[in-house]
Amino acid sequence: MTKRKGKAKIKYAKSGPLLLIAAPGLIYLLINNYIPMFGIFIAFKSFSYKKGIFQSPWCGFKNFEFLFKTKDAFIMTRNTLLYNLAFIVLGTVLAIFIAVLLNTLGESIRTKFFQSSLLLPNLMSWVIIAYMVYAFLNSDSGFVDKTILKALGASPVAWYMEKKYWPFILIFVYLWKNAGYMSIIYLAAIAGIDKSVYESASLDGATKAQQVFRITLPMLKPTVVIMTLMAVGRIFFSDFGLFYQVPMDSGAIYETTQTIDTYVYRGLMKLNDVGMSSAAGLFQSILGFIIVITANAIVRHVDSDNALF
Amino acid sequence: MNANQNAVKIKKASNDAGHFRIFATVMLGILAAIALIPLILIVIASFTDETALLRDGYSFLPAKFSLAAYIYMVQQGKIIFRAYGISLLVTCVGTVVSVLITAMIAYPMSRKNFRYRNVLAFFVFFTMLFNGGVVPSYMMWTQIFHIKNTIWALILPNYLCTAFNIFLVRNYYSNSIPDALIEAAQIDGAGELTIFFKIIMPLAVPTIATISLFTALTYWNDWVNALYYIQKPQYYGIQNLLIRIMNNIQFLKSGAASVAVGAGAITLPSNAVRMSMAVIGILPIVIIYPFVQKYFVKGVVVGAVKG
Repeated sequence: MTKRKGKAKIKYAKSGPLLLIAAPGLIYLLINNYIPMFGIFIAFKSFSYKKGIFQSPWCGFKNFEFLFKTKDAFIMTRNTLLYNLAFIVLGTVLAIFIAVLLNTLGESIRTKFFQSSLLLPNLMSWVIIAYMVYAFLNSDSGFVDKTILKALGASPVAWYMEKKYWPFILIFVYLWKNAGYMSIIYLAAIAGIDKSVYESASLDGATKAQQVFRITLPMLKPTVVIMTLMAVGRIFFSDFGLFYQVPMDSGAIYETTQTIDTYVYRGLMKLNDVGMSSAAGLFQSILGFIIVITANAIVRHVDSDNALF
Repeated sequence: MNANQNAVKIKKASNDAGHFRIFATVMLGILAAIALIPLILIVIASFTDETALLRDGYSFLPAKFSLAAYIYMVQQGKIIFRAYGISLLVTCVGTVVSVLITAMIAYPMSRKNFRYRNVLAFFVFFTMLFNGGVVPSYMMWTQIFHIKNTIWALILPNYLCTAFNIFLVRNYYSNSIPDALIEAAQIDGAGELTIFFKIIMPLAVPTIATISLFTALTYWNDWVNALYYIQKPQYYGIQNLLIRIMNNIQFLKSGAASVAVGAGAITLPSNAVRMSMAVIGILPIVIIYPFVQKYFVKGVVVGAVKG
């Protein structure tokens, strides 16, 4: 990107027609993304549907005060952060593992079959995935209770009522859906590694395992750093479908399934508590903004080519 | 002696490589099985006889197979067909409009001699950094645009034009379409609109295929918009109908009630029907998957590098 230097040389195109081409998208972003940014003032209002957005009275930081007095604020923030941490760590490890294995097999029908199978869950909606989880876990007809636990002689478990199991279930479901998808990126990175490095390593007698640990993994480090920082930038945001749809909105397990996103939804649509909901949403937006800026500053420091800006 | 040693070394190495390949095949086999098993379970469940389901639960080896769930869907499926139709309509309209406006806004951003190029790029990019959150956006769509309980609610919010897709296309234009081509067209007297539709779009088919795929998947799989903006069941797509019948399978009967009165009230094989509907919900994806996987993988790689 030549900026100031080339300024004198550039003969600009007529802006009108180009702006016209950009206009539909521009207008859409203006409406869908920018107007709501200005709407964050709702969090400082004591909102009522009767009076509408503009007529409702201001209430300063009352909504935030109420929000942070509840136990919910702590629970949802803790859950959002801890789940995301687990997803980042385990997701990266599993994705790299898959990528290394796929790379070992090279281009073949076998590889294609494996990759297709591992990618397929990523294309399914959370609703369908929730159905699959239900087919395994529900207590009337679930496979786990009716077949596995029965065969083991264990008593059935009411999965949707027991909060202690959900961290494992949700992490498992997340990995099931996303690991194959994440491995695509690492597979591409591995494909970019110079083949001659491996050739000379094997001439020197390095085993395949040694090659993985001494060559592949160190070479993947920049990719891992970038992907991790990008994920960290989204650490205050959770996948609404995973936390709302998969646990079937079961109230008994909110303590381990509530995240900021599900709280905002429930506050707005179920409890009609617009104040708390918008306060939680703004809390998320601001923290998210700060952390994405920070993460990007670090990316730029590590590898400026991959910085977002 | 030396040659012998080398031979041993090579043999060892190929042995090692062979073992590693076996290890990889076994591990990937296990992982692929885990990935597919839930899908297999719901497919088998959808073909299982209802009484067997009530007795044994969902099983990989059901005592009795049955087509009852699918027969029920065909006979009584007015609600289901309608939801399927809504999903198809929303996916088609959403994808076509989305891809068009995305391809359009990306074009000026790729033109090096466009005066507001950087301003525009920042305008798009900032939407990735900050968002107003769900509540203001909900208030805007419902209080200003009044899209609640209209088909627009399924198309307009959130997905029509995303920064991710815009940058994906922009990068493709920048990297794959030479400036000289545009200059040549201009010398021939073509205007910007002609250049865009006659030259750029046809050349950008691979990336347009990729974002079409992403967008179509988004719309087909979406249920969040309806969760917020739709209360009238006649606007439910297949995903939201699935949510509804998970809570209340009897909902399916409401559409059939008028027909079924007296005619030997058809029993609802509820457990099997649930799963058969989930199966038809994924069916389009599974059918097109082999043809589009290539574009999907390519898009993920390109998007991850610079999104």
